[in-house]
Amino acid sequence: MSALSERPANPLVGQDVPHESAALHVTGAALYTDDLVVRTHGCLHAYPVQAPHAHARVTTLRTSPALEVPGVVRVLTADDVPGVNDAGVKHDEPLFPSEVMFYGHAVCWVLGETLEAARLGSLAVEVEYEVLPALVSVRDAIEAGSFQGGQPRMERGDIDAAFGSASHVFSGELEFAGQEHFYLETHASLATVDENGQIFVQCSTQHPTETQDIVAHVLGRPSHAVTVQCLRMGGGFGGKEMQPHGYAAIAALGATLTGRPVRVRLNRTQDLTMSGKRHGFHAQWRVAFDDDGRLQALDATLTSDGGWSLDLSEPVLARALCHIDNAYWIPNVRVNGRIAKSHKTSQTAFRGFGGPQGMLVIEDILGRCAPLLGLDAMDLRRRNFYTEGQQTPYGQPVRHPERAAVCWDQVRSSAEIDRRKAEVERFNASHRDLKRGLAMTPVKFGISFNFTAFNQAGALVHVYKDGSVLISHGGTEMGQGLHTKMLQVAATTLGVPLHTVRLAPTRTDKVPNTSATAASSGADLNGGAVKDACEQILDRLRVVAAGRLGIAPADVRFGGGEVTTVGGGRSVPWAEVVNQAYFQRVQLWAAGFYRTEGLHWDSSVMHGSPFKYFSYGVAATEVEVDGFTGAYRTRRVDIVHDVGDSLSPLVDLGQVEGAFVQGAGWLTLEDLRWDESDRSTRGRLATQAASTYKLPSFSEMPEVFNVALLERAHEDGAIYGSKAVGEPPLMLAFSVREALRQAAAAFGPPRVSVDLASPATPEAVYWALEQARRHTEHGHVVEGAPGAVPDQPDVDAHPLRPHSERAAQPAPVRT
Amino acid sequence: MTAPNGHQTTEPQATHEVTVNGKPCGLAGLDPNTTALDWLRGLGLTGAKEGCAEGECGACSVMVARPDGDDRTQWTPVNACLVPAAALVGGEVVTAEGLGSPEMLHPVQREVAVRGGSQCGYCTPGFVCSMAAEYYRAGRRPVPAAGDRRPDPSQNGHEPVDSVHQAPDHEHGPNGFDLHALSGNLCRCTGYRPLRDAAFALGEPAQSDPFAARRAAPAPVAAAIRVHGDTGTYARPGDLGEALELLAEHPEAVLVAGSTDWGVDVNIRGARAPFAIGLDRLAELRHLDLSDDVIEIGAALSLTEVERGLAGRVPLLDALFPQFASRLIRNGATIGGNLGTASPIGDTPPALLALEASVVLTSVAGERVVPLADYFTGYRQTLRRPDELVRAVRVPMPLSGVTAFHKVAKRRFDDISSVAVGFALDVRDGVVAKARIGLGGVAATPVRALATEAALEGRSWSAEVARAAADVMRGEGTPLDDHRASAAYRRSMLGTALLKLHAQTGEREEVGA
Repeated sequence: MSALSERPANPLVGQDVPHESAALHVTGAALYTDDLVVRTHGCLHAYPVQAPHAHARVTTLRTSPALEVPGVVRVLTADDVPGVNDAGVKHDEPLFPSEVMFYGHAVCWVLGETLEAARLGSLAVEVEYEVLPALVSVRDAIEAGSFQGGQPRMERGDIDAAFGSASHVFSGELEFAGQEHFYLETHASLATVDENGQIFVQCSTQHPTETQDIVAHVLGRPSHAVTVQCLRMGGGFGGKEMQPHGYAAIAALGATLTGRPVRVRLNRTQDLTMSGKRHGFHAQWRVAFDDDGRLQALDATLTSDGGWSLDLSEPVLARALCHIDNAYWIPNVRVNGRIAKSHKTSQTAFRGFGGPQGMLVIEDILGRCAPLLGLDAMDLRRRNFYTEGQQTPYGQPVRHPERAAVCWDQVRSSAEIDRRKAEVERFNASHRDLKRGLAMTPVKFGISFNFTAFNQAGALVHVYKDGSVLISHGGTEMGQGLHTKMLQVAATTLGVPLHTVRLAPTRTDKVPNTSATAASSGADLNGGAVKDACEQILDRLRVVAAGRLGIAPADVRFGGGEVTTVGGGRSVPWAEVVNQAYFQRVQLWAAGFYRTEGLHWDSSVMHGSPFKYFSYGVAATEVEVDGFTGAYRTRRVDIVHDVGDSLSPLVDLGQVEGAFVQGAGWLTLEDLRWDESDRSTRGRLATQAASTYKLPSFSEMPEVFNVALLERAHEDGAIYGSKAVGEPPLMLAFSVREALRQAAAAFGPPRVSVDLASPATPEAVYWALEQARRHTEHGHVVEGAPGAVPDQPDVDAHPLRPHSERAAQPAPVRT
Repeated sequence: MTAPNGHQTTEPQATHEVTVNGKPCGLAGLDPNTTALDWLRGLGLTGAKEGCAEGECGACSVMVARPDGDDRTQWTPVNACLVPAAALVGGEVVTAEGLGSPEMLHPVQREVAVRGGSQCGYCTPGFVCSMAAEYYRAGRRPVPAAGDRRPDPSQNGHEPVDSVHQAPDHEHGPNGFDLHALSGNLCRCTGYRPLRDAAFALGEPAQSDPFAARRAAPAPVAAAIRVHGDTGTYARPGDLGEALELLAEHPEAVLVAGSTDWGVDVNIRGARAPFAIGLDRLAELRHLDLSDDVIEIGAALSLTEVERGLAGRVPLLDALFPQFASRLIRNGATIGGNLGTASPIGDTPPALLALEASVVLTSVAGERVVPLADYFTGYRQTLRRPDELVRAVRVPMPLSGVTAFHKVAKRRFDDISSVAVGFALDVRDGVVAKARIGLGGVAATPVRALATEAALEGRSWSAEVARAAADVMRGEGTPLDDHRASAAYRRSMLGTALLKLHAQTGEREEVGA
């Protein structure tokens, strides 16, 4: 047990605690960025002018008619930008574009006294376009050779030899859709400027520091002139990691130009049509198995649909490559990756960050190949699990691989899989028009930012003279319970009751240079920093208390709001020690810092140990499919998931359940449709409203939903023995997709391989079960060595070189 | 002040008030096209949120006091983003802030908070309002264990039929909580399980609970009003006669009942009504007449009220109601509105076509009755003249014995149909004496499947006949490709609907015949 992971006696971590804002949530008292508008005097409202073309050049932009509209104050255009006209970190995202790159791209923004005035003003702006050809689908982009960014390759072993000698070789393709975040709170920013020219932006952002960076560079001001605060977000899911910056910059620009508060809040249509989404992918693959169904080789080319600019597409792709193995040992691997450049929104981070896309490929392969190998899909998956001593294709030893097996066995027994498999078989034999499927899938997910530099965090802990504690840290709260966990960590470390500690909103002037709250790392990183700050203070108080108690500092203990001698003989209240420390002129606050140790990663060869540890989980899902329509319901889900020693079980349970349902939404229901026709609406998002883009509702909740956290799961390398939880359980939802495939297959003869589109909407399931009924041999999987070799990347393409390498070079000087 | 038509109104509008969380709030300066949500948020009540602005997510849910019979009130949750604030004049509204405070949580708020029912918290105030309304539903009672249940005669048809006979299951709590009450609320964080647990853990309101006590008194009376503003006028007439006169004067007027369709036009498409007539509180449009020959349903009854009032008398409509949008929408949406907008994908027309319903159209010139099968004339076009309004819909009795409503959509609840089919088959001695099949989503208007009906009538209700007729049905309509479904899938669904109906009902009918 490490100093980082060891818990004191009676810790507050590990207890069930409701969300720290729960009472504010349920009473409507919790404030979100846009709730501040009614509390802000003289606020202006911004409204975008969105282009009605997927690709076009702006030839004329006449803003003067908008100024004739009553209540319109100003129209913001590229001419107004004092700094850099760019909303991203890669300088490929003009904030005010001269070339429209996707349908709905905002070319300028109107400021009005009311939202209605700004909206009417936006209608009055006259824009002329020269329409250009648009690449809409990922296939369009592949055919046109339209790619952006690096083209990484991950390799191990001898692919040619493995495919030459394997008993079974299969080849296939898979194209699958992205996902809209649909955080209930759309993007929102509110900017004000104070008497000294200091810009204050309240923003719904997962990455306040980067929002600050972008606002500063758009305004041409140094970072110290911009403060970003995030009270809380109404959901983020990755969608507010990179995407809020441009909207914050619009608000800040408007505020500096008018001297008045400016609010940007996207309505749902604007958010859906302008902000980035989970990347859809295209995959070509061939796979080799031995006679026992053991994976011998995988050769794949993944093409992500990046949309119009790079955004986070490179690290997303890297994580996809790093998770194509999921929990399976594959001795010989060659996986190429590339990023299509298409005329769509710039796709971005979304819970799992490429991991789900990589894993979907291997789970789809196993699901389609199992019948062709004559194996039960559960057996095929289980026999390919990693075992101790094996490494991932990128060279990281797989630590604790037995946890996947333990989760698997526990689900198998608690969910009575053997009995229910027989029951499902009986049901299917006696029902012509209804079939059930039962599938189990594992998850192994690497924790840490692939980009090593992001694995650092800061915190600021204040202890006031009365003993009360105020903590600030660099992480943001989007519902994941990070703040709840940080309160528990601080109270545990300081040995005070939970109510003694209060948490301040995330602000860049409290803790600078923060990382995005992303990659499931929020509690690991910020928890380490909070603990560090608290321990610095304790070290000082220990001396004060030792004097008071007449013992050696090493014998002082903190707990339950008391400071005691070791063994608990005598005690002094916490507040008294604190007050005494003040009078002894002892510093009662501290800045904490944390960096994850032991990481190394070379993205140019896709090799290293980028992850601190792996999170594991297993899910079993049973579905029932209606053969007349393809409609289905999720009858039962059983999950065992590894969160280490949970910091906050109620929070973690909520993360596991919520992630699972969100993953199931991606794989079954949520259907992003872009107009691929040649009409003038080409490139338009056809599902741009809640009425057409359907999220899981109560009707998609599993009828029986059993979730258990893996016990005895201490993680040495993380705060108080816990593990990250935000993303990994999303991928447990592959069990839903695979159960649907099995149910569809049950409509056909034995050993039928079923292709299933993703998302597996009722229509997709209907076509799958029709395919099974017709028994198209092998679906679209082709059997035979050496298999169809996937497209190999352009020899001239550069490998992936994201921030990590570039950051090591001197940063460009900005004045 | 006297309106042009001679009817007394309550102008000047400065006196217009809405009671919000127990306090009267003036509407001075209100634009009639302002939604209740924007108005409430402008008052500083920012608990209700805009998540989608089209009544899909429920983050804006608030409770309003609506009649429960003549002398009682039912707390009814609605989407504040769709309802014009003007429509609330004289009414009572409760938001999450009004139910409780962080220091004094309401029982619903407490259950949601302690069970992990909120994560990001943005959808939570809306969930709380929807859940609280179900908590206060008069007919909600703890349910006896399965196997020992019968309808509670004391309830006198007050319970939604979908929960009367309902044993506790994953959608119905042992406390009588019907989870469909939350079908119009979306949560992106929790996966819903803790919200379900919170809902099913609720007990009965305390004796001292003011919201429970409020139910025993009548709902506020909706007096005639006019609200004038920059973008237009909202008029709520005092009676049908005034409504028809207003409509005769303003044939371009937007007729608004629950505003579940019009509100979307306002929010999403920027529509603004120069003149809107609120019909939702008109007594003449809110009747339900049940006789041996015909059931007449007032056009301005909400679907929830229709469902409650019919109390299971029309099984085909019972099959429809739970699949029609969400409870939040059904609390506002009306059959009059669904027929008035004449969407080809509206869900009531296929069912009403199968029921051989007719539409009662009325104007200052008089009343006429039009068979629904003749009513739709083109895409969102009907026989209704601009000066007419839908007063009621009539369903002839007796009903056919074999009925079903098949809705094919991506999501099981609260989605728009790719294909909707209403079936009403009269099977006598194993022979289909009469077949009426209504289709939605497969043509520019809702249509009858006439060829299929002909292929069934006079033949035995056998698997063979069903198969033959299914092939005919596959060819009905002119389905299109869109983001909801492909034309091929729609066509396949037309082809399987009858097979499914037969599989579900054929054997039983044949045995019984």
